[in-house]
Amino acid sequence: MTDTTSTTDSRTARRSPHETDTLPPDIAQRARRLLVDLARPERKGYIALAFLLLAFGIGNAIGPAFIAQAMDQGIPAAIDGDTAALAVPLIVFLLVTILTGVADFFGTRMTGTLAQRLMVALRKRLFGHVQKLGISYHERSTSGRLVARQTSDMENIQVFLTGSLQEMAIGLTAMGAIAVTLIVMDVRLAIVVFLGFIPLLAVSIASNRAQRRNQRRTRTAIAKVIVHIVETLGGIRAVQSFRREDANIRHIVHEDSEYRNATAASLRNVAWFAASTRLIGNLSMAAVLLVGGWLVIGDTLQIGMLTAFLLYVRRFYGPLDELVQAVTMYQSASAALEKITAVLDAAPEVVEPTSPTPLPARGGFRGEGEPGRLPEGGDGHRPATSGDDRDLGGGRLVEFDDVEFAYGDGVPVLPRFDLTIPAGQTVALVGATGAGKSTLVKLLTRFYDPTAGRVRLDGVDLRDVADADLRAAAVMVTQESYLFGGSIAENIRIGRPDASDEDVRVAAHAVGLTPFIEQMPDGFATDVRKRGGRLSSGQRQLVSFARAFLADPDVLVLDEATAHLDIPSERQVQEALATVLEGRTAVIIAHRLSTVEIADRVLVMEAGRIIEDGAPGVLIDSGGRFARLHSAWEDSRA
Amino acid sequence: MRDLLRFWPDIRPRAWRYVVSILLALVSTGVGLFIPVLTGRAVDGPIAQRDVAGLVAVVLLVVAVGFGESIAQLVRRMLTAGMTADWEVLWRRRLFTHLQDLDIAHHDEWDSGQMLSRATNDLTQLRRFTAFGLPFLVITPCLLVVGGVILSFIHPVFVALLVLMAIPTMVGVAWFNSRYKLAARAAQDTMGEVSTSVEESVQGIRVLLAFGRSPWAAARFHAIVERLRAHELEKVRLDAWLFGAIMLLPQLALVAFAAVGAWGVVAGWATIGQTVAAITLMMYLRMPIEMFGFLLADALMAATAATRYWELMDRRPRITDSGLPDHAPRDPSPGVLEFDEVVFQHEDAATPLLTGVSLRIERGETVALVGTTGSGKTATAALVPRLFDVTRGAVRVDGHDVRDLSLADLRSRIGVAFEEPILFSATVRDNVAMGTHAVDGSAAIDDDRVWEALEVAQAADFVRALPDRLDTEVGEQGLSLSGGQRQRIALARAVAGHPRFLVLDDPLSAVDVETEDRVQYGLRRVLAATTALIVAHRPSTAALADRVAVMDAGRIVAVGGHEELLATSAVYRELMGATV
Repeated sequence: MTDTTSTTDSRTARRSPHETDTLPPDIAQRARRLLVDLARPERKGYIALAFLLLAFGIGNAIGPAFIAQAMDQGIPAAIDGDTAALAVPLIVFLLVTILTGVADFFGTRMTGTLAQRLMVALRKRLFGHVQKLGISYHERSTSGRLVARQTSDMENIQVFLTGSLQEMAIGLTAMGAIAVTLIVMDVRLAIVVFLGFIPLLAVSIASNRAQRRNQRRTRTAIAKVIVHIVETLGGIRAVQSFRREDANIRHIVHEDSEYRNATAASLRNVAWFAASTRLIGNLSMAAVLLVGGWLVIGDTLQIGMLTAFLLYVRRFYGPLDELVQAVTMYQSASAALEKITAVLDAAPEVVEPTSPTPLPARGGFRGEGEPGRLPEGGDGHRPATSGDDRDLGGGRLVEFDDVEFAYGDGVPVLPRFDLTIPAGQTVALVGATGAGKSTLVKLLTRFYDPTAGRVRLDGVDLRDVADADLRAAAVMVTQESYLFGGSIAENIRIGRPDASDEDVRVAAHAVGLTPFIEQMPDGFATDVRKRGGRLSSGQRQLVSFARAFLADPDVLVLDEATAHLDIPSERQVQEALATVLEGRTAVIIAHRLSTVEIADRVLVMEAGRIIEDGAPGVLIDSGGRFARLHSAWEDSRA
Repeated sequence: MRDLLRFWPDIRPRAWRYVVSILLALVSTGVGLFIPVLTGRAVDGPIAQRDVAGLVAVVLLVVAVGFGESIAQLVRRMLTAGMTADWEVLWRRRLFTHLQDLDIAHHDEWDSGQMLSRATNDLTQLRRFTAFGLPFLVITPCLLVVGGVILSFIHPVFVALLVLMAIPTMVGVAWFNSRYKLAARAAQDTMGEVSTSVEESVQGIRVLLAFGRSPWAAARFHAIVERLRAHELEKVRLDAWLFGAIMLLPQLALVAFAAVGAWGVVAGWATIGQTVAAITLMMYLRMPIEMFGFLLADALMAATAATRYWELMDRRPRITDSGLPDHAPRDPSPGVLEFDEVVFQHEDAATPLLTGVSLRIERGETVALVGTTGSGKTATAALVPRLFDVTRGAVRVDGHDVRDLSLADLRSRIGVAFEEPILFSATVRDNVAMGTHAVDGSAAIDDDRVWEALEVAQAADFVRALPDRLDTEVGEQGLSLSGGQRQRIALARAVAGHPRFLVLDDPLSAVDVETEDRVQYGLRRVLAATTALIVAHRPSTAALADRVAVMDAGRIVAVGGHEELLATSAVYRELMGATV
């Protein structure tokens, strides 16, 4: 590999299977169905809007007739002293104009309001759906692509809805009104004009098809550009340290050239479309002149009628330019909507039950909203409580019942197994990378559903538990400690949004965050992104722990959650854990076996199977795999 | 508007196309005017005189002119089709390049959504404006001026009427202008917030799922979306007033023309022909005047987009090449990494993070940096590749102040691994080799070297098991790897270029104990030939080092061997978990 550009190319080629370029063939229909679905609640609004636009279009079309009347008859009459003949058409014209203006005013506002309602509904629906899609979808997709769907694609739809849609409606209404006028004036000449529709329709269909293709290309290309920008901004430290800048620029120029070509193709298509509609308009004008002239010569048509007719024909083709533009915007918006539809059509793999089974009530020992307040009677020894004496502990019984799990490719990551974790037990899960520890806890927290068998919490299949109940009962902390924009307090409060300031303080204190937070410019109110609130990865991890402490779940899962902590911090967290876990069920994955100090039971995993299971002391004495791991760890501490 | 003008240098090389296309637009409009004249002639002439041959001649003329008009239109649009798309791409490339050059402190200050929305939505708005709005913004006033001139030839009184109409419009437009600008700015900024919120909700999905906080994220998002809606509706309300008012204007002019014209005819200072001509002309000018409303709104949105674009472009990177000539290729003290009384304070922070760090790492030596969370270890490490610059003091690499070397040169001497491994959507090979090209951008390393680096990081075994080995796509768009695997690939990347200096920030935190043992074995060989600074949280990592430096509250409080410090430093004992 010597040339970075060539790898860029080959990468693009190879990435295409991941790419959602290939939308299902009926995506256009589905997108339309989505649109109808979104518009349905506003039915009345759209009907009212249609009337407004109709009024506007008609007013706009007939207004000039009064001016013509004023010119042809009014002015000569006024000169002769009959001012009424001039004033009446002018006043009528003014009234029509004002009414049209009012219709335009309300039409614009209503279009905007309805468009915004639809946009807000669509944005909320997509956002909610993306959240529901579950972890497996997110592992396959990229954040940049989902960002593109929710930003650039949305803007495109909005531009069409707020601008072009109205233009299109007005243009079509005006054409319709003039068409009617033409028929009323002279059917024969009207037919000549309407003959022009045949080539017009053919051109429109062809152009429409080409535009759909171009706009689909554009949407796909811009999504790739956005993916690349998002990734670069997210990894800017590595980009700069490894001088990735030039390669990135080459990459984005490559992606953007596809966007450029598709956009240019679309604009060229507009050029052809606009020019040919204009030509058709001019030719039908010539035809009307020829036929009309011939009819006048044959004495079957008034010469004045021909003059008026010619004026109307010109006006009839007037809005075509705007229509051409609007059609392009329409295709762009529908390409964007198709992409959005594809995301909305993706079925969540982890589905909320329609009629959830409530989890058995929890023990009522906990003080309202006070994290870490614990039952009396824990004397350091935690009995493996069963469901019967729940009153004494806040844990829950976890059962893996004949569970098997495989990813999409069908290769089982976890072959069939059974596992029971009694309520209140703290279990340490150890084993090499790839042994299946994370997968196991992801089944327990329902990030995935098992391929076969059942995972149960207090006897209830997780698939029957309402999501809110499950998340209140079981919480997982991972080594990724993502912070959201906002203050530190807000970030901790993710654990329990209704927690009081005092609760947040207590949780932060328990994990040892307080000294850092006090040093920050605004304390708990410090914005984590800006104004000196930069947190180290260790501090971020402590925030994650504070969240979990605040959430105060019955079942706590820690997946490598102490990886970024220094030893004193880890100690502090563990001390806090020892208190908090009292009576809770906990599953802890940690490479540092210090965790084992607070565990009642150790499970050793290898290649998806649990190969050792027992109390830590027993396993160490038995001289098995855990014993070896443990002594290696003891060595590493020295 | 000034921000729009700043794009002129990009437009200038192709300005002639613009001029030609605007001229063609004027021509096709003029030709379009000619057709009614022709048809009028035909009606009055051949048709009235029952002259079939003459009729056919005029019809042929209309056909010819019709072709002319549509060809002019085709050429005009073809001329600008690729051009405006080129500009959007050019501006995006420039912004993207600039973003990559901006130092980390800038990036920390800005929400990524605000950067992204400038690179996409705003630039698309600008392209649309250059493609459609701008030419017509030039043409429309031309048409109005030409119309006004013709009108003055017909009779000056009509011009006076037109001006009278224009004055209230101008006032209205000025009022609209300032308000619309505010609304457009607010809307576009809020779109950036939407972007940020969406990005967070997708990138933080694991946290949201684990705590069941998707409803919380949705509520935050809804609040932003509702704000966006409010700003958009404000724009719509202003649009409604403007479009409504601007539509009314030519109609009022028509009525005034007819009334005043008739009065003029009666009074004898105008003819009926003049009045009819003035009205006909005004009817023709209706379209461009009405369009002016759309154009104005479009121009204001484009101006806002331009302002937002230049806001970001005008941020100067604070960390740049020295500007010194590439002096003294000879390194005064090769292989030495030195911190000299380094003080570092984030620009927006109240107190310095590092209060005077001095440390000299000799050629081939490895020093571990230990300290509690937040003591300044990561900041110290980030100063070496100049992700941040020192506030006072100096960091020296090979005897050069890091600020005196070009960034490319400096960064090519250093291999870095961050606490949280960053993998890019690329193959394993690309990810490992990405830092290894020479300063001139050529000659990245071959596969043997990639494998060698993977071996050091104990990543070779699992990479061999990947479906396409080195060609396997990893990162966000590829295979998802475990935290430990990602960390090892990032470590391989740091060592792949055989850099003279290694800066590793807790490089093994996510690696399991058994693997860690093996990585350390491999790493030891590399470290023997490299000057290294390793941020360590564990005794096992600290044990890799020849010396250990203990940090506390922004300074180094003790330096010595691992055993030595265990014996002498209470802070160190606590950090290594040796007390309690």
